[in-house]
Amino acid sequence: MNVFPEHNYLAEPKGLKSWLLTLDHKRIGLMYLFAIMFFFMVGGIFAVLLRLELLNPGPDIMEADTYNQFFTLHGAIMIFLFIIPSIPAALGNIVLPLMLGAKDVAFPRLNLASWYIYVFGALFALFSILTGGVDTGWTFYTPYSSTTGGSVISMTLGVFILGFSSIFTGINFIVTIHKLRTPGQTWFKLPLFVWGLYATAIIQVLATPVLGITMVLLILERVFGIGIFDPAMGGDPVLYQHFFWFYSHPAVYIMILPGMGIISELISTFSHKKIFGYKAIAYSSLGIAFISFLVWGHHMFTSGQSEMAAMIFSFLTFLVGIPSGIKVFNWVSTMYKGSISFDTPMLYALSFLFLFTIGGLTGIFLGALSVDVHLHDTYFIVAHFHYVMMGGTVMAFLGGLHYWWPKIWGRMYNEFWAKVAVGLIFIGFNMTFYTQFIMGSQGMPRRYYNYLDQFQPLHAFSSYGSWILGLGFIVMAFYLISAIFKGKIAGNNPWGSLTLEWTTTSPPDPHNFAEIPKLEHGPYDYDKVVAKSTLEE
Amino acid sequence: MGESGSLHMPPANSTIAGEVDALFYFIFYTAIVLFVLVMAFTTYFIIKYRRRGQRELTSGVAHNTKLEILWTVIPTILVIIVFVWGFKTYLRMNIAPSDALEIKATGQKWFWVFDYPNGANSMNDLVVPAGKPVKLLMSSQDVIHSFFVPDFRVKMDVLPNRYTITWFEAINPGEYDIYCTEYCGKGHSEMLGKVKVLSEEDYEVWLASAAVEIPEGMSLDEAGAQLYTSKACATCHSIDGSPGVAPSFLGKFGSKEALVDGSEVLVDENYVRESILNPQAKIVQGYQPVMPTYQGVLTDRQIDALIAYMKTLKQ
Repeated sequence: MNVFPEHNYLAEPKGLKSWLLTLDHKRIGLMYLFAIMFFFMVGGIFAVLLRLELLNPGPDIMEADTYNQFFTLHGAIMIFLFIIPSIPAALGNIVLPLMLGAKDVAFPRLNLASWYIYVFGALFALFSILTGGVDTGWTFYTPYSSTTGGSVISMTLGVFILGFSSIFTGINFIVTIHKLRTPGQTWFKLPLFVWGLYATAIIQVLATPVLGITMVLLILERVFGIGIFDPAMGGDPVLYQHFFWFYSHPAVYIMILPGMGIISELISTFSHKKIFGYKAIAYSSLGIAFISFLVWGHHMFTSGQSEMAAMIFSFLTFLVGIPSGIKVFNWVSTMYKGSISFDTPMLYALSFLFLFTIGGLTGIFLGALSVDVHLHDTYFIVAHFHYVMMGGTVMAFLGGLHYWWPKIWGRMYNEFWAKVAVGLIFIGFNMTFYTQFIMGSQGMPRRYYNYLDQFQPLHAFSSYGSWILGLGFIVMAFYLISAIFKGKIAGNNPWGSLTLEWTTTSPPDPHNFAEIPKLEHGPYDYDKVVAKSTLEE
Repeated sequence: MGESGSLHMPPANSTIAGEVDALFYFIFYTAIVLFVLVMAFTTYFIIKYRRRGQRELTSGVAHNTKLEILWTVIPTILVIIVFVWGFKTYLRMNIAPSDALEIKATGQKWFWVFDYPNGANSMNDLVVPAGKPVKLLMSSQDVIHSFFVPDFRVKMDVLPNRYTITWFEAINPGEYDIYCTEYCGKGHSEMLGKVKVLSEEDYEVWLASAAVEIPEGMSLDEAGAQLYTSKACATCHSIDGSPGVAPSFLGKFGSKEALVDGSEVLVDENYVRESILNPQAKIVQGYQPVMPTYQGVLTDRQIDALIAYMKTLKQ
């Protein structure tokens, strides 16, 4: 029989103050989790409303101005407030020290500060919504963003502040991974999720300052008219695009690399099988992180940049695709001769394989210069990045959330309803977004409030899909919340995993481990060790 | 040439389109093969190796050098083919033939103006001859726009204070959609146009007639009605009283308008003329100062015609 541990980080110390001033990485991670789930819901509501408006051509439920604000907010919220912090700051915070056998992250106070900075930045974003909104798109392209009305300044200031939160988390993780590994845990005995977080942290620290500088320049442009981006004063609006994508392309990998890390954990655990090509996966994360700094110009193939630049960026873009492909092949091979079970986290991992492969392969169309000219800024792009970001990162995030849920709360969710939700999300997602590939290559431009009649059937189908997708998330909200209070007690290691976080109690003690854990085997040594599942006892 | 298009691609109606489509379909079918392979192996493994009974030790196989080299090298070769192929066509798309017919295209919120070599201009409708390369010299009056004709597979951003170039050669006479594909605000999705491809003779006839301010034998208000659509007034100003980006023309002439500064103005000939040539001078309450100037786009006679047309729009 599993018993709920008496001493655990959820129960003690008690009181609101002990949460708000906590230095415990698990509590901070949990506070991040609540915050990002809130914004995921807000961003999701915007998405459903946008799709509702697009059900028919012409005005349905909102005006063009409202629509333009909604798609801007959907993008800005999902990117800056949800997906970037989702895996590192929420799940990573909770799991990373546990995986390393450490008591906490290297800088617990900095960790708490990063949460408060996140909240502070989020308040700026909410303030902008309440005071006129923003209608620039999440990319804030000049000169539109420097001339339009609304609360562009407070929104970009919010993004600037959120950047610091991201940088702090990155610094914290780099130092933690370098310094706080348990004795005997060499680099190649780290779980691959840690490698993913490490590669992510490098990008967070190196790329985010450029976004900060860009946002400051944009604010200065609006307030003082310094003219760096304003063509009327000799500035260059395309320079803004270079600055913006110099951060925002690596940021795509901030979003996907930790997700790839989770997928490695899930596929190995639920195949009960040693991961195939450990070093290839680990190095490819670093390879992706490095090359990701050199491909930003592929967002600008039709911007008027030189053909030479376009050629180089196209080449490097193809180069960055190879390591992602290698990872997919490694994950599939991991299942070979495994002992595969189909618990909910594994279903998310399989969904990821399906959707991310489509997302990756459609990237090849966009890297090819001549084809990109046709597809750029159409729904094809919208579909592509949703397959990568939602089909990839969000599926991995949900897989990770369900995988570590018993560790975080000490209780299981309802497996039946969890499988219903995966099914709804998978079907709804494909209905919503596969149609958008077809619309896009047929020429439907993105960010359109209105559209020509010929696109109506596909738009309608996509909107129906969004309802199924939304329903999946509603189901999930119900069973997850109910699991917190009524779920079956999970025990230390419900999945029979071999990484360190499963050796301590669920939920863990405030100090994580009773004593410094000894590393008795590698993270994926399923050929040497069988860890019994505490659920099956 | 595939005039009918397919599930994934619109009809191919320019000389470059076939080349773009060939690469599109090469990637498409290669991607399908790779996707099916990955999914087939996944499906086979999850069925064959599904857990039956207790957890037990599993195989320690975690490497296969030959396999790993293979799945690195094959995709690398494939993407290099795609890269070279894409770049070659891209160069062709970016270098206009020297004998191309040059037309100036100007984007502004939220319509296109096209200026032809003989001094004629058109709005939103780009009229070109079939079978002749056409080079567009493009710039914007305000924010960034992007000129996109799906049936021709051409797209290029249109920037303020800088010229960009695109070119195409239309194969068949017909009408093809133009979209703005760089987000430019409220009227972004209304910034539509058509490429009207005519036979070479028809094009010459059209070009000569377009240079005339008011077609012969047409009354002023009829000409105004034509200008209302051809000069894109219709994008923002309705004629049925429905509110849009800008005040409706219905019953506007002779009425009084409240301005943002609190004053009132009578909509007479001089006010309409001022609003066309210097739109920011008097802004009506409840609207944004977004209209561009038509200075140099409309002649005096054409403004007369528009005023005459507005007078006919009584409530």
